[in-house]
This record gives sequence, C-alpha cells and structure tokens, in this order.
Amino acid sequence: MPVFDELLFVFMLGSLLLGALLSIVLQNKPRLSILVGFTFANMASLSGLFLGPTLLLSKRSLDVILPWTVFGVNLQFSLDPLAAFFVTVISVLSLSVSIFSYGYARAYIGKQNVGVLGLFYNLFIFSMLALVSSSNTFMFLFFWEIMSLVSYFLVVFEHQDFRVRRAGFIYVVMTHIGTAFLIIAFLLLYKETGSYLLFSQYTAVAQNLSPTVKTVIFILVTLGFGTKAGIIPLHIWLPKAHPAAPSNVSALMSGVMLKTAIYGFIRIAIGILGTGPVWWGVLILIVGAVSALLGVMYALMEHDIKRLLAYHSVENIGIILMGIGSALIFISYGRNDLALVGLTAGLFHTFNHAIFKGLLFLGAGAVHYATHTRDIEQMGGLLKRMPWTGFFFLIGSISISAIPPFNGFASEWMTYQALLALGSPKLGVAMNILGPVLGAALALTGALAAACFVKAFGIMFLALPRSTKAEKAREVPRTMLVGMGFLALLCLAFGVMPFMVFDLLGPVTASLLGVVTIHMGGYHWLTITAFMEQGIGVGTTSISPIIMLIVLIVSALVVSLFVRKFGKFKKIRIDETWNCGVAQTSKMEYTATSFSKPIRIMFRAILQPTREIEKEFVLKPYFTSLINYKGAIKPIFENLYKPQLEFFLKLADKVTVLQSGSIQLYLGYIFVTLVVLLIFAR
Amino acid sequence: MLLEAAIGAYQMLLIIMLAPLLTGIIKKTKAFFQTRKGPNIFQPYFDLYKYMQKESVVSEHSSWIFRVTPLIYLSSMLVVAAIVPVIATHSLLAFTGDVILIVYFFALARFFLALAGLDAGSAFGGMGSSREMAVAAIAEPAFMLPLFTMAVAAGTTNLAGIVQSVVSGGEGPLTLAHLMSFVALFIVAVAETGRIPVDNPDTHLELTMIHEGMMLEYSGKNLALLSVAVSIKQLLIFTLLVNIFFPWGIALVSAGIGALILGTLVFILKVIALGIVMAVVETSFAKTRLFKVPDLLLGSFLIGLLGLVSKFVFRG
Repeated sequence: MPVFDELLFVFMLGSLLLGALLSIVLQNKPRLSILVGFTFANMASLSGLFLGPTLLLSKRSLDVILPWTVFGVNLQFSLDPLAAFFVTVISVLSLSVSIFSYGYARAYIGKQNVGVLGLFYNLFIFSMLALVSSSNTFMFLFFWEIMSLVSYFLVVFEHQDFRVRRAGFIYVVMTHIGTAFLIIAFLLLYKETGSYLLFSQYTAVAQNLSPTVKTVIFILVTLGFGTKAGIIPLHIWLPKAHPAAPSNVSALMSGVMLKTAIYGFIRIAIGILGTGPVWWGVLILIVGAVSALLGVMYALMEHDIKRLLAYHSVENIGIILMGIGSALIFISYGRNDLALVGLTAGLFHTFNHAIFKGLLFLGAGAVHYATHTRDIEQMGGLLKRMPWTGFFFLIGSISISAIPPFNGFASEWMTYQALLALGSPKLGVAMNILGPVLGAALALTGALAAACFVKAFGIMFLALPRSTKAEKAREVPRTMLVGMGFLALLCLAFGVMPFMVFDLLGPVTASLLGVVTIHMGGYHWLTITAFMEQGIGVGTTSISPIIMLIVLIVSALVVSLFVRKFGKFKKIRIDETWNCGVAQTSKMEYTATSFSKPIRIMFRAILQPTREIEKEFVLKPYFTSLINYKGAIKPIFENLYKPQLEFFLKLADKVTVLQSGSIQLYLGYIFVTLVVLLIFAR
Repeated sequence: MLLEAAIGAYQMLLIIMLAPLLTGIIKKTKAFFQTRKGPNIFQPYFDLYKYMQKESVVSEHSSWIFRVTPLIYLSSMLVVAAIVPVIATHSLLAFTGDVILIVYFFALARFFLALAGLDAGSAFGGMGSSREMAVAAIAEPAFMLPLFTMAVAAGTTNLAGIVQSVVSGGEGPLTLAHLMSFVALFIVAVAETGRIPVDNPDTHLELTMIHEGMMLEYSGKNLALLSVAVSIKQLLIFTLLVNIFFPWGIALVSAGIGALILGTLVFILKVIALGIVMAVVETSFAKTRLFKVPDLLLGSFLIGLLGLVSKFVFRG
C-alpha cells in the first residue's frame, strides 16, 4: 500500500523531529527527557525497520514529495532499493542503540545536559535517514552537512575536557575537507548536465559524459566519501572522534554514519557513473586492502578500548571496499553476473559491520559505565562481575574476527569468493594474480583481528582484576543488556542464515547491476552459493553455516556426554593457578602491552615502535627499585598533515597584519568592500 | 544419500581413531633419528586413557571460557573432519563447507584456546597466547595462498571439487605451480602443528614454548580432550596436504566398496609417510628464535606466490 508506506515514512522522520524538540523542552526534567527522547527514536526505528524490508521484499520503490520547495528545489524523498536497504541498516542499529541509551544516558544526569543529548541524538538519526532517502544532489548535500554538524556537537558533548574539544575540531575540519570534494563533484555533475537532476535521471545523462570528466568525478567522490568512511590516510579524525563521543553515539557513528559514505559511493560510482576503466576498481581494491591491513595493525597497538574499536572501523571499511572494488572491476569487464558477488559481499559486510561494531561499542560503553575507565590495562576479571555484558562482547569479538558461525565470517566468505572470481581466465594475468594475493591480505587481516580481540576480550574480561575500578564493577541495567542482546542475536542469525540478508539484497543488486540474483539458488534455504569461473565450465562453491552449527553442537553434546560417563572422577577440583609456588596476583598477569609485543616487533617496519626505559637502583646493577617503561608507535599518518598545517598557520600569521584591532580600520574595510562590490556587481 | 552418510561417518571415525597413532609414529621416528628407543607408537592412546582417569583441577581465577574451551576445540576439529575428503570425495556434508571454512574453524579453536591461556592469569598462559596469535596471524596468508592457487585452478573452493579436479588432471598435476604450492603449505603445516623449527611440542620450558604454554593449566579429562583434539588437528592438516596435492587412490563418486577399502589403505600409508617426512624435518633443524619465525613464513608465502604466478604466467 503506497499510501501507508508514505505515511509511515513521514511518521518516521516526524517522530525523530518531535523527539528532538521534546528532549530539549524537557531538559529540566532529565529522567523524563531521556524517556521521551529515546522513545521517539525507538518509534522511528521500528517504523524504519518495518518500512525498509517491506519495500525490498515487495520490490517497490517509494517517492514522497513534500509540498514545499527550498531555493527552487523540490523536497522529494525517494526510497529505491539501495536507499531502502540503508534505511533498514540504520533502523536496526538505531533501535538497539536507543534501547541501550535509556540506561546509559542516566549516567550523565547531573553532569551534562541530557536534553541536549536527546536533541542531537534524534537529529543525528533523522539526518542519516533523510540523507539516504534524498532524491537529488542538493538535498543529499544539505542533509550530509546537517549530519556532519550534528555529529560534531555529539562528539564534543563532554566539552569540558580539552581533549574532547580538540578531537571535535579535527573531526569537523576533516569532514568539511571531504564535503568540499563532494561539492566540487556535484557541481561538476551540475555543470556538465545543466540541472539539479534527480539521482535516477543522472544515470541516463552520465553515459554521455566524457571519460575525463567521469574520472575526475570518480576521484573526487572517492576522496570525499573516503574521508567520511575513514580510508587510510584520510582516517586521522576517526580514532580521535569515536572515543570522545558518548558510547551510544560512537556506536551509531561507527556503525552507520561511516556507512552513509559507502551508500554515497555506491550511489555515484556504480549507480550514476556506471562502467569505468579497470583501474578504478583496482584503485578501490588496493585502498581497501591497505586500509584493512593498516587499520587492524594500529588497532592492535591501542589500549584504549574505544580507540581500538575505531581503528577496527578503518579495517572493516577496507574490507567493504574490497568487495565493492572487485565489483567495479567486473563491471568494467562487462561481467555484471560476477559483479553481483562483489557488490553483495560489500553490502552484506556493511550490514554486518553495523551490527557487530555497534554491539562492541555498546559493550565498551557498558564497561565504561561500570568501571569509569577506557584503559584496558586497568580492567580484568570483568566476565565474573558482568557476565551478560561479557557474553555479548565475546559474540561481538568472534563476529568481527570473521570466525564462524557468526555473521562476520559469512560476509568475509563472500568477499573471498569475489576476490577469487578475479582468477577467471578472461580477466587477464594481472587480475588473476591480484585476486588471490588480495585474498591472502584479507586472510592476514582476519587473523590479526582475531589476535586483537583475543587481547581485548582476554585482558578486559578474564583472569584477575587489575585495579579497584575493575574489582568494584557491577552488571549494567537491564535496558542496556537488551540493546546489546538484540545485536548479539542478529550476529548469530545472520551468520547461520545469511539468506535473510540476501533476500533483502536481491532487489538492490538487481536495480544497480541489472542482474537477477542467480547465485543463491539450489539449497537456497540453507546455503550461500557463489560461482567461480574456470575455462568454459562454471564451478559452484557452497557452504552451509547452519548445518555446520548443528554439527558443532551435536559433537559438543556427544563429547560432553562421553566425558561425563567415563573415568573415575565425576567432579572437578577448584584450586589456585599453578605459579611455581607463589600466590597468584594480578601483577603477574600478561598485560595488553606485552600481549601485542610479538606483533609490534614483527611489523616494526610499519609501526616503528619506540621505547624508553628508566631504571632506579638500590644497588647498581643488581637491585632495581623502579622501572619506568614508556612505549609508543610513530604516528606516520598524522605527520603527513604537518606540512599543510604549518602552511596554513603561516598564512594565518601573515593575515593578522590586517587585524590591527582598531574599529575604524575595520569600518574602512567594510566601506572599501562595499564600493568594490558596487562597481563590479551592478 | 545413505551411502554418503555412511562414508561421512566412517571418515570422521577414521580420523579420530588414527590421530593419536600418527602422533605416536612421529614421536617414534624422531626417537629413531635421535638414536633413542622412544615410546611405543600406541603410547598416545595409553596417555589419553590415563588422563581420563585423573582428576581435573581448574583454577579458581578462571571463568567458564576455560571450561568450555576443550569442548569447543574438539568439536571444531570434528566439524572439519566432517567436511574434509579423506578416503572418498562424496561424503554427505562435503557441500556444507570449503577450504575457507576449514581454515576459519581452525581459527575458532585457536581463538578459544588463546583466551583459555589468558584465563587463569598465569604469565605462562599469556605468553603462549600472545605468541600463538602472532605466529598464526603471519601463517594465515601463507596458509591461504596455496589453497587459493589450487581453488582457482579447480574453479571452486569446495574441497571435493579441488580433489576431483586434481585427480582428473585437467590442469596437469605435478606442475611447477602444484609443487611450489605443496612446499609452501608444508612449511605452514610445520607452524600450524607446533613443530620445530617454529615451536617445540616436547617441552614445557617457557623460553621455547608456544602451544604448550596455553595448555599448561589443563589437567585430567580436559587435558585428554585437548590432546586428542590437537592430534586430530595435526591429522586433518596432513589430510589436506596429501589429498589436495596427491589425491591418487581416493575413491571417486562411482567407486564401490573395494575402492573404499583401497582408499583407506592408501590414505593411511600417505599420512604415515608424510608424518615420517615431518619427523625427519623436525630432527634436522634447530628451533629458531621467535622473531626469526616471520622470515620462515614469509619465505613460505613467497614460494606460494611463485606457485600462483607460475600457474597463470606459464599456465602450468
């Protein structure tokens, strides 16, 4: 029913605006403000969660034309399959984050103005939903800017801390550099085509563009959206801004705000520009592989849990881009049937990353709520104190390490298939070799991610607490657990039943590539099937995560039954950890720094670690009283920005000559400007 | 259908029963080359029985992760055993998994074992976990690349498909690409099974151990489960090596009972031969420093890369 859809869409956006308004109005009653603000966000998420899949499954698009115009541009929203898919992704995450926030936001009562949090939180979700449903470039840019500004205010929510303000400043500068590239790209499209057309109309017009213009636009959108998505070396704002924001906001920023950049990139690069030269795809593939590898390596070196997770966002954006890059290559070769595998992999990983990264950020928020620290070196033993948070965090950790039977594995498996399909004979030797080699790079990424999450989970949740903060931790309120639990459930569901997402993705890939999904046939209800071509014949590959899970559970049951029946001792004995005869204390435990040391040394060429050791002796050189260890890694990418920064600072210095502080002089400037304008702009 | 289920169950059982024997044979061979008498080749079975009779002691500092790890480790290995073609290519569950899934089920087992190493809070366990995850990370690309070369040649990542394509010789077996991929994967197998020169399976000395460090806290039944699981993992990796690169003798779809018996015998001979080669390699090298291991695995990756390049450049 199109009328119903339309109403639901308006209701979704309307309730977010209302939620924003009521939160700020009720700011003097913080508890009520939290309740009202996040309830409206939940209502909007539920309607989005209903609207998106309905549109996709019933294979229809929705156009909502509001009866207003702004600067001569119609306010028209258009939900085609791609937009509907992203509405679904945003709604799933915002639903669980909003439930989580009921409990989480209470920690701010009395410290910060929660009314402001509710205001910007609702507006943030509003801007993302409106952004992906925009039908033309003008509205897209408008909501893009709203999203950037609102997220800036959320990043600096705890603005009393100067580090937070500084992180916010870097974020707002970087995001506007990205926006500048986008504005140039869209103006170029406007200049070449002559109007602010709808996205859907650009597609036809763009085929007549000259290859040079197309390439320029492609590079511009790669840089513009790349800045927002956090590809290396444009990622420097990301590990600063994510930890600074409140955790529910970090979950949304990392889970879905970065994905709006992926949305924009697919919309422009595949939806509008369409077929390009092969090197476009190769560029995206390599950028993706580099971001994935370096992202995870830097993540391993972090001991602030939220910075660690932020670097993993860089990694996962890289993996998503590997899927999309391979799709671009196949499109260049006219192989849309294979591009289907790559695009499906990229979009599937987009959804999965939103879920498990949202879960992990919420988990980090819950741990911060309970321990008041983000430094994992001060944690430990939390699994006994916060069993449910720990369990959900474990599921998130396994998912992000791409380990079956969870969802991260399913989408990485698709990405592997897309990369290996580059080995098809007709694509040439260079592609044949590139595909498997990048597959190996993805394998390294996955294994390093596993190492990183063994570190994160092991140091945070296992063994003995390393500080009194961790010792006193208690389980978080129930609403927070429900928010995390929902996402953890989805991690498992999408991992063992990936066809749930493929059903949603079918219309999306069909609308972008014009290929009907043929690769998920056969044992449709339980397997993922992908095709890899060799010679004339086509080989199929299939896996069935659900059967694997059943085998896993059945073998575990059989083994545990066998173990229970067999042998003399039916019970286990609880005793101390064996420690060469000394009682166990938390100081003997491995730390996060020592855990990551082998990797720090193995990749020293990239990470460039430094260390300083100062010792104080009672009796030199035998008895030390104090050892002070300082370790750091060289911030290579931050240093890349230094020359430009110095240039602008120098420029600013020169400009200060104009600023004498005398008001008469300033009035003089205004007068001169007025005269000049009157002369030239008559 | 019924036949395929029977073959699948038989293969799983064969892997479980044979795994400790292989460990025993490797130990015996090593003893022979070190001019020792060495334990009986059936000693691993006696060990397992002994562990089952002992009491399990669990650290008071550890959580449920420590207790479920042996179960998860063993079950993951059983899942892999259900997918891998051992004596025949047409077992029931062959279509439910592929090489990528196998590698990632190994990763699942490793993930939990590394967590269990950290769980008791002892420094030995943490040391083992940290080293294991680092070595596994750099072994992963070297593990995957030769498998990808074979998969692309076969046009599928499903193991049954790869094995069939090598048997039918479409690409010409025993080519340069084929042999180089085998060598690369063999080096990775050394690392994955925790053998010299990467790790030393016979010691609990903290300076050298990787894998044993994580298992240090385990005792009794839990230790029995982990020991048998580690043996199974070793046999599974050997199975991958022999069946992907030297699959001749394996029973194909049309084969009857005779071919299955032949397949079993050939398979047992092949893995024992590979085990003896592994023992010879182990005795002829010294354990390398931990930070030299990346060089070894990088070498293995480069050999795999040469295999891939020669596959596409020379088409063979």
